[in-house]
Amino acid sequence: MYETNYHRADSLADAASKIGEEGKYLSGGQTLLPTMKQRLAAPSDLIDLSKINGLSGIEVNGKSVKIGAMTTHAEVANHSGLRDACHAISEMGGWIGDPHVRHRGTIGGSIANNDPAADYPSAMLALNATIHTDQREIAADDFFTGMFDTALKEGEIVTAVSFTAPEKCGYEKFRNPASRYAMAGVFVAHHGDAVRVGVTGASSGGVYRPADMEEALSDNFSADALDGCSVDEGDMLSDIHGSAEYRAHLVKVMAKRAVAAAH
Amino acid sequence: MAKVEMNVNGKAVAATVDDRTLLVEFLREERNLTGTHIGCDTSQCGACVVHVDGKAVKSCTMLAAQASGSDVTTIEGLAGGGELHPMQEAFRQHHGLQCGFCTPGMIMAAIDIVNRHGPDVDEKTIRHDLEGNICRCTGYHNIVKSIAAGAKEMGGSMKQAAE
Repeated sequence: MYETNYHRADSLADAASKIGEEGKYLSGGQTLLPTMKQRLAAPSDLIDLSKINGLSGIEVNGKSVKIGAMTTHAEVANHSGLRDACHAISEMGGWIGDPHVRHRGTIGGSIANNDPAADYPSAMLALNATIHTDQREIAADDFFTGMFDTALKEGEIVTAVSFTAPEKCGYEKFRNPASRYAMAGVFVAHHGDAVRVGVTGASSGGVYRPADMEEALSDNFSADALDGCSVDEGDMLSDIHGSAEYRAHLVKVMAKRAVAAAH
Repeated sequence: MAKVEMNVNGKAVAATVDDRTLLVEFLREERNLTGTHIGCDTSQCGACVVHVDGKAVKSCTMLAAQASGSDVTTIEGLAGGGELHPMQEAFRQHHGLQCGFCTPGMIMAAIDIVNRHGPDVDEKTIRHDLEGNICRCTGYHNIVKSIAAGAKEMGGSMKQAAE
């Protein structure tokens, strides 16, 4: 790891004042620190957000859900109120990394990084979530702007995500057998009047919503309804773990399984 | 430089370290607690697992500065009064190790599994929750057996303590 300067922020304003041009916010650090250890990132400063009050915790009021940015994957996985409101996001939290990683990694960190194989971005899209920052609220549809790219401005801090619990939801992912990252992960959410689908891990453009699948499922919320949908290989990632053709196939299989698992 | 203060195995320690010092480096090199191992250095193998504020974490993927103010327990902090912790004893009895390199992380992960799932944790859960710990010798079978037995023992001693 290259040299860096560690700062522990005690408020959002304090954090924003310290970020500078080459700094990075540090949340759970389960992606950033390994990246720094491999010298793939070398931020001049690390601003630790973990001790800022009010950034952690889960609130469920009926159908209304709000999850603080510093909430860990383990907390998302184990919160009974959240599981009752939206089981698929709890299951998602429990399938990220391993128990030790889930004790540190956070939902805000995952969203702000927008790794093309991260799980949460697909849930945010399918749940039509709102991303709260220290400056504004951003619709998930406008937030994820491409692989490792978001609508966040320099120095802007994700503080929470909120969404209305859907009538039914399901998440399925096909994990890379070594890294456990999603090679294709599909979150489906039935909102009553419409169905939204978020796909992660597979596309070269990062997380996305497949319009034809959403349309087919809005007419008929069943796995069979996806038979007529096609996934364009041209949009898929292709690497040593799987070809574009394979990933295109996986997306459809995972989508069908997610619909079958939805309740 | 970062000033760090934490409780390590019940003892208050303070040091000034390079900001980029990992918790595992702090434990091994500053505190000479070399039971916590560095296996892969890429956050995968789990040989470096310690407990921070009661939860298992990979100490190679946390800065010492992030742990400042926390309670840290390492493998050296488990045995008390010359007696092995029940989980350590279970690994000994059930041949849960061969070369032993992964063992400190396995035992710290095992205790975390019992803390989360209780003394009657089943084999499937143990195997699933060992996802973040890699062993290249045993084939895991005896590790799983050790954890199930250690969990039962921990349950017994928790009951005794309560009585």
